Amino acid sequence: MDPKIETAQDFETPQGMDHLDQLESKSIFIIREAYKQFKNIAMLWSIGKDSSCLLWLVRKAFYGKIPFPVMHIDTGYKFPEMIEWRDKYAKEWGLNLIVSRNEEAIASGMSNESKLACCTALKTDALKMAIEKYKFRALLLGIRRDEHGVRAKERVFSPRNQDFKWDYKNQPPELWDQYKAKAEEQEHIRVHPLLHWTELDIWLYIQRENIPTIPLYFAIQGKRFRSIGCKCCCGPIDSDATTIEEVIEELKTTKQGERAGRAQDKEEVNAMQKLRSLGYM
Amino acid sequence: MTKTKAEHNQANMENPEENLKLVLVGHVDHGKSTLIGRLLYDTDSLPEGKIEEIKSICDALGKEMEFGYVMDNLEEERDQGITIDTAQIFFKTQKREYTIIDAPGHVEFVRNMITGASQAEAAILLVDAQEGVQEQTRRHSYILSMLGLKQIIVVMNKMDLVGYSKERFDEVLSELTPFLSGIGIDPGYVIPLSAKEGDMVANRGDNMPWYDGLTVLEALDTFEPSKSDLEKPMRFAVQDIYKHDKRIIAGRVEAGVLHVGDEITVLPSGERSTIQSIEEFGKDDVQAAVAGKATGIVTKDKLFVDRGDIITAPDAAPKVTDTFKAHIFWMSKDPLAKGERIIFKCSTQQAVCSVEEFTKVLDSSTLEKLEGREEIRNREVADVLIKTDKPLVLENFNEVPELGRFVLERLNTCAGGIITEV
Repeated sequence: MDPKIETAQDFETPQGMDHLDQLESKSIFIIREAYKQFKNIAMLWSIGKDSSCLLWLVRKAFYGKIPFPVMHIDTGYKFPEMIEWRDKYAKEWGLNLIVSRNEEAIASGMSNESKLACCTALKTDALKMAIEKYKFRALLLGIRRDEHGVRAKERVFSPRNQDFKWDYKNQPPELWDQYKAKAEEQEHIRVHPLLHWTELDIWLYIQRENIPTIPLYFAIQGKRFRSIGCKCCCGPIDSDATTIEEVIEELKTTKQGERAGRAQDKEEVNAMQKLRSLGYM
Repeated sequence: MTKTKAEHNQANMENPEENLKLVLVGHVDHGKSTLIGRLLYDTDSLPEGKIEEIKSICDALGKEMEFGYVMDNLEEERDQGITIDTAQIFFKTQKREYTIIDAPGHVEFVRNMITGASQAEAAILLVDAQEGVQEQTRRHSYILSMLGLKQIIVVMNKMDLVGYSKERFDEVLSELTPFLSGIGIDPGYVIPLSAKEGDMVANRGDNMPWYDGLTVLEALDTFEPSKSDLEKPMRFAVQDIYKHDKRIIAGRVEAGVLHVGDEITVLPSGERSTIQSIEEFGKDDVQAAVAGKATGIVTKDKLFVDRGDIITAPDAAPKVTDTFKAHIFWMSKDPLAKGERIIFKCSTQQAVCSVEEFTKVLDSSTLEKLEGREEIRNREVADVLIKTDKPLVLENFNEVPELGRFVLERLNTCAGGIITEV
């Protein structure tokens, strides 16, 4: 009947895609949509596991030649290993790397400020300055729905106004992979190609693809980082997981939240919501 | 048989890699958030400390402990007691993992409900046993029907408030069933439950000995994740062209399977060629790409291909047309009038279109026919005849959904629609 079925016998019978294949294809589709709709675009790379996966997918989407800059928001408080790692792979993969720092705030020393004020000055404001300078209309970010309740409310293509405000009550519908294609004059669009991934998916993909992952995630003397950011605000968790396989095993049984070690989420009730409404990633 | 939390939490599930996306819909206050909290609690899926956190929030607000707060993460939601947007949370049964998409029940948030429901493979429709069928019960059912969701459980919640009465259950059911069958929904299961007290969610409880059907978890485990149909004729939607050392046509296989060596036709132009290679970064000699795969192809002949073209199997090519019948759901405060120009998007295709004819306009909550209408207003549905300004490659939604569903867009998406007749 259908000649396609006959042709298929010449090859191995094609199987449907597995879970990771499906996640990967959906992300690559989103990344390519974002670039097609908004040429003036960049991706944010925090050197952490999620945005490193995103970077891997972006390289795949464009066959190793990423047609836009990869931006790191450097707060000046990052682990020194992160900076080394960034520069090593930026070179190896031929990235057009932009490092954005709020030098004024870094120079003033943020030690007396609240964590909310510190994150806002060193991350959100540094990002604002970069968007202003390079006139980006869209940014690719590696956030996931399962990370935090507030992030769960995101769309794949999510507009921000010039004050970076996220109007989560008034989001347009998003269905069948049809994304918001136009940004208004003073808006930029946050694009989230990993929104549908979980923390476990990320590690399973890192394992399958053999993605280089910064060693801070693996245990030394019974401690490892599950989520990384600024050195001062990241606490390690108790863990004996020294390899990707052991991290995966640990995640399958843990009942700890992923961001349990991140101080800025906990300073007050709804801290993450406040950070995000101010433009935090 | 009663299942304990520990049994549900065992590491060796039947299908540990399998995930089924589930949406919960229904009228505001019919208990969606509470049912989600209950599902997470009974399957032991809450992160450590979450219950304590919720207890302390409830204490601070001077309220009774409320499972709904597991989902409602935003300050305003807690204050108003409604779920604003679509959130996602995970739980596990003996069979597999589930992703719950919570869809808000408030009428103002129907845009978010449809966003959530469009990603789901199965749905739970909640009806309050005390209040019975309400406006959003009908509207949400209608949306499930339009989205083509087939795996549906109806749960009658808050049975504790009606004394676990079988008579009340039957009474509400007699109102609901004719309505659902009228819009083509045949729920696989109808389950009486109390999310608050935990009856018939994971455990049967002792309160409804008259009900001998499955619990919610048992019913869910009978559902299947949606699989792409690899036996359909091949469709490849062109997303972009990358001119590297080769000229790669980037896109996604929307249906069927694409093989190296396949004869292809590019639509709407009708140009023909052969697939020379399938391009994946870091991989050589890729021979096939299946439905759902985002990939790239190189053709033997240089073709005039651009975004929005559909590459197909030549012997089973879809229709190229600029006029078709459809079913649309309007989600904007500004109405759409007959003849008004608006953007049409289907797969990677885009055109300008207008509604030539409003065949039938309905109120989505009552399904009452609105006579003599030449426009569609917020939250209304309609059977329409659409004309686009250029020919497109389209199919009936029930044959190839990927090329049979579309959105209408101004600055934002205003409507979702399905093609009923190309």
